[in-house]
Amino acid sequence: MDESLNKLGAYLAEKLGPKQTSFQVELGELTIEVKRDSIPDVIAFLCDDDRCRFGCLIDICGVDYPERDERFDVVYHLLSPWLNHRIRVRATARADTPVPSIVELFPAANWFEREAFDLYGILFEGHPDLRRLLTDYGFQGHPLRKDFPLTGFVELRYDDELKRVVYEPVNLMQEFRSFDFLSPWEGMDTAIPGDEKAGEAPDRKGDA
Amino acid sequence: MSEIETKAPELDSGKREGDDRTFTINFGPQHPAAHGVLRLVLELDGEVVERVDPHIGLLHRGTEKLIEHKTYLQALPYFDRLDYVAPMNQEHAYSLTVEKLVGITVPRRAQLIRVLYSEIGRLLSHLLNVTTQAMDVGALTPPLWGFEEREKLMVFYERASGSRMHAAYVRPGGVHQDLPPALVDDIYAFCDPFLKVCDDIEGLLTNNRIFKQRNVDIGVICQEDAWAHGFTGVMVRGSGAAWDLRKSQPYECYDELEFDIPVGKNGDCYDRYLCRMEEMRQSVRLMKQCCALLATTPGPVTADNHKMVPPRRAEMKSSMESLIHHFKLYTEGYHVPKGEAYVPVEAPKGEFGVYLVSDGTNRPYRCKIRAPSFAHLAALDFLCRGHMLADVSAVIGSIDIVFGEIDR
Repeated sequence: MDESLNKLGAYLAEKLGPKQTSFQVELGELTIEVKRDSIPDVIAFLCDDDRCRFGCLIDICGVDYPERDERFDVVYHLLSPWLNHRIRVRATARADTPVPSIVELFPAANWFEREAFDLYGILFEGHPDLRRLLTDYGFQGHPLRKDFPLTGFVELRYDDELKRVVYEPVNLMQEFRSFDFLSPWEGMDTAIPGDEKAGEAPDRKGDA
Repeated sequence: MSEIETKAPELDSGKREGDDRTFTINFGPQHPAAHGVLRLVLELDGEVVERVDPHIGLLHRGTEKLIEHKTYLQALPYFDRLDYVAPMNQEHAYSLTVEKLVGITVPRRAQLIRVLYSEIGRLLSHLLNVTTQAMDVGALTPPLWGFEEREKLMVFYERASGSRMHAAYVRPGGVHQDLPPALVDDIYAFCDPFLKVCDDIEGLLTNNRIFKQRNVDIGVICQEDAWAHGFTGVMVRGSGAAWDLRKSQPYECYDELEFDIPVGKNGDCYDRYLCRMEEMRQSVRLMKQCCALLATTPGPVTADNHKMVPPRRAEMKSSMESLIHHFKLYTEGYHVPKGEAYVPVEAPKGEFGVYLVSDGTNRPYRCKIRAPSFAHLAALDFLCRGHMLADVSAVIGSIDIVFGEIDR
């Protein structure tokens, strides 16, 4: 399985040339990374080429890495039911750099792109109708971004006097607590409470 | 001019002014044929549908966001609440994804139990869909008969997991508990009488004149369009594609079991109904094989890896090590190696996939849920254009949508 995917990856690298920046095969899945602007060309090639025939768009989704300059990954999953293989195509984007839409190639992309726009604020250039999809009418913000709090900013209740629902800023009865439970000896990058004084201790000793 | 002009001048489109009777109606969100909270904005020319604009998200609960804030085990029960008609199939996809990232395999008995319950889930979903589709086009008896069987299947869910719907039973590393032998016998005893019920339901519908008038040649989609719209499952099989992940990309022990894939010819609502009926019979066939194999396959139902699967209760009473593992697993959870994986399963409605991105901590960095009904509903405009208003509910019934997984 891995071998045929490696071959396919090398074949794509040859055919796509500079449009594809790299490919990996991990856990039996082929991932190619491509330049944002060449997305429609690459997808069209993957759809039409005889050795690819990825004729079914399974999914488009965003992933947010706020620490990066191009903070979003746009991930496309494609399936070829005829050759029975899958591929993952990845490009990066910023909030203000639009990704070319592939609605022309795959009608299925319509809602997937709307969803990625709604939840991450990724813009798709050439999309016929880039409206919000899952969130409420008039919703502000993009909820799946990592800097969007889990509790959101507004809450909704029915106002009996106004006889309609009203939005109000979130009022938490109890402070939101996030337990990470990470073991201090593996993977923890924040200071353990009390540890922040560890560096100061020798100084104070010196003063005394 | 002796004759008075009674007709408006002809327009470029061949229509006359005043002929344009397009109006917009609102379908749902509270409508019995909407299968949940679907709001459709329909543009009609007389009774002919010109455009369908589904407004979804009324059941959006932010599942993917919540999962990013939970440990891998705590995230599992959210999957019951996606396609709440067949809960364990979703758990299965998630568990397989986590297992792929961690790199463990589950014991054979656990695989059989998973397959058994996946097929029970398929029955649950198809029974609900077939019968409510019939209700949408005017038949009231099939749902009553179908729901009786669903109730029995939910009792099997309850006897395995303690809950009729939100099972949290299939977990990364295996299944939560072993099945009691009596339950396996009862599931086996359920199978044959159920085939009789299938015949009865089919007797009501398959040759029913009204049912055929409402479904034959309605919502036709050819194979090529079906793939381009991201369809999977019954939606492509109804159009003639012999594609089933259980056969083409087998997971668990499906490759050792015998079953057939029903394929339609015309890609209309009626063929999809026929596919679902036949799939139920094939599921029963699979269930019987699983029950027989379970009786001869004793053994553990969880992987033997206590860095991921909690130890048995009895061990905790005597072993300090087990107690520590239990505590660590239920507070910190396990760490999943850095990487990403997409694993699909053949859920009753089509390809249900989970795309997990792990950053090496105890919580998923990103969990994208690829729901089959989402792609199917997105094509509603394509399927309904040019049909009559009454056909919209037949098409909605036939594309098998559940809002838990569309809105997430």
